[in-house]
Amino acid sequence: MRHLIDQLDFSLSETERLLELAEKISADLPAYAHKCDGKILGTLFYEPSTRTRLSFESAMMRLGGKVLGFAGSSSSSAAKGESVADTSRMISCYADIVAIRHFKEGAPLVAAKHASVPVVNAGDGGHQHPTQTLADLMTIKKVRGTFQNTVIGLCGDLKFGRTVHSLIKSLVRYEGVKFVLISPSELRLPAYILDEVIKSSKSEYVQTDSIDKVMGELSVLYMTRVQKERFFNEEDYVRLKDSYILTADKLSSAKEGLIVMHPLPRVNEIAPEVDSDPRAKYFEQAQNGVYVRMALILALLGLEEGILDKEEALC
Amino acid sequence: MLNIDSLENGIVIDHITAGKGMTIYELLELHKIDSCVAIIKNAKSSKYGKKDIIKIDNLPDVDLDILGFVDNRATVCIIQNGQLVEKKKLALPKKLVNVVKCKNPRCITSIENTDQVFTLCDEKDHRYRCMYCEEELRGVR
Repeated sequence: MRHLIDQLDFSLSETERLLELAEKISADLPAYAHKCDGKILGTLFYEPSTRTRLSFESAMMRLGGKVLGFAGSSSSSAAKGESVADTSRMISCYADIVAIRHFKEGAPLVAAKHASVPVVNAGDGGHQHPTQTLADLMTIKKVRGTFQNTVIGLCGDLKFGRTVHSLIKSLVRYEGVKFVLISPSELRLPAYILDEVIKSSKSEYVQTDSIDKVMGELSVLYMTRVQKERFFNEEDYVRLKDSYILTADKLSSAKEGLIVMHPLPRVNEIAPEVDSDPRAKYFEQAQNGVYVRMALILALLGLEEGILDKEEALC
Repeated sequence: MLNIDSLENGIVIDHITAGKGMTIYELLELHKIDSCVAIIKNAKSSKYGKKDIIKIDNLPDVDLDILGFVDNRATVCIIQNGQLVEKKKLALPKKLVNVVKCKNPRCITSIENTDQVFTLCDEKDHRYRCMYCEEELRGVR
């Protein structure tokens, strides 16, 4: 039985096959409308979510399956002190596959160790968000056709931005990807990702606190929100929250073929005037999130052959 | 001159990096065993200048993973009937289970009763990461 807890749980070829399946699904939704008839997705969302939870639910419903779960730990037995391990054992009795979001890092791994059905990490604290990365990869591939020689600017909260961490882990597997890391010094990429992921893969990178200086060289600009919920100190959040605001004026120095992405929700990082710019792809990115999650559900349930290689034991 | 009796049956943890003797004593929970235990700090060492030594009068199970993690320079000598019967060299363990706790307040292990697992991520620099949150282990050794 396979799970998706970390981006690297899937090999490069598995990821590419999954993206191809997502493309096929997006081109012919009716063909997949009954693939999951009789199947149930369990959604354990201990932390607020709009897009991820709804896109998981939409994905399962579009496949003909059903969904059960909770949104917010106050409405589950977690409020009574139930452990993630016990909740995972329990949901395995009720569902065929589980998506879990938790405010604590590593919670999906605990869930996977105790569940008897496939578990998907739907975001764990400031750690990882592998299904968002699948949506990000699909968006880049659809627009650019390739990941090779992409200059990607990652902007905002690179310290706690779990979508950034997962995306970097995935993109270093492609040749010629250059990372432009744009953040205030307090929100720089964690050293372990810089050292053990970017540097060890020999990928090119630069760190800067100025978006204006690098705008002209980017082929992808990945904006992120400074996340209030990750700060222990309100003052730090207030000081850093508006570090970068993308406006039409700032985009004037960008390339014609730039892709502007954002995992959403946005607060102030992208001015609404940018939405009408053809380079803005963040809503398309959210749409792609449904297709990749449909592909993922099919692959993990073994309903689509040849996507995942073989069963691998959890570490 | 300090004199510590030689062992008839027991374990000598020798060549401990000077200053790490007490850390090893605590991590091996030697305060919980009923045998006679001697810690010798800053003993002369021809190889290293100074070293710590721990002598345990008895043959308890010693977790070599903990020892290898704290100080893989140390050697473990097993003494039986006054004779050295085995000398074990230590290796850096690939995985540490329930040896140290993750200090990241955002880690699931801060609220969930689960094994504390750290994996070796850099053998050259002896660096470990929490298996759950990937926080690097610092300030233990």
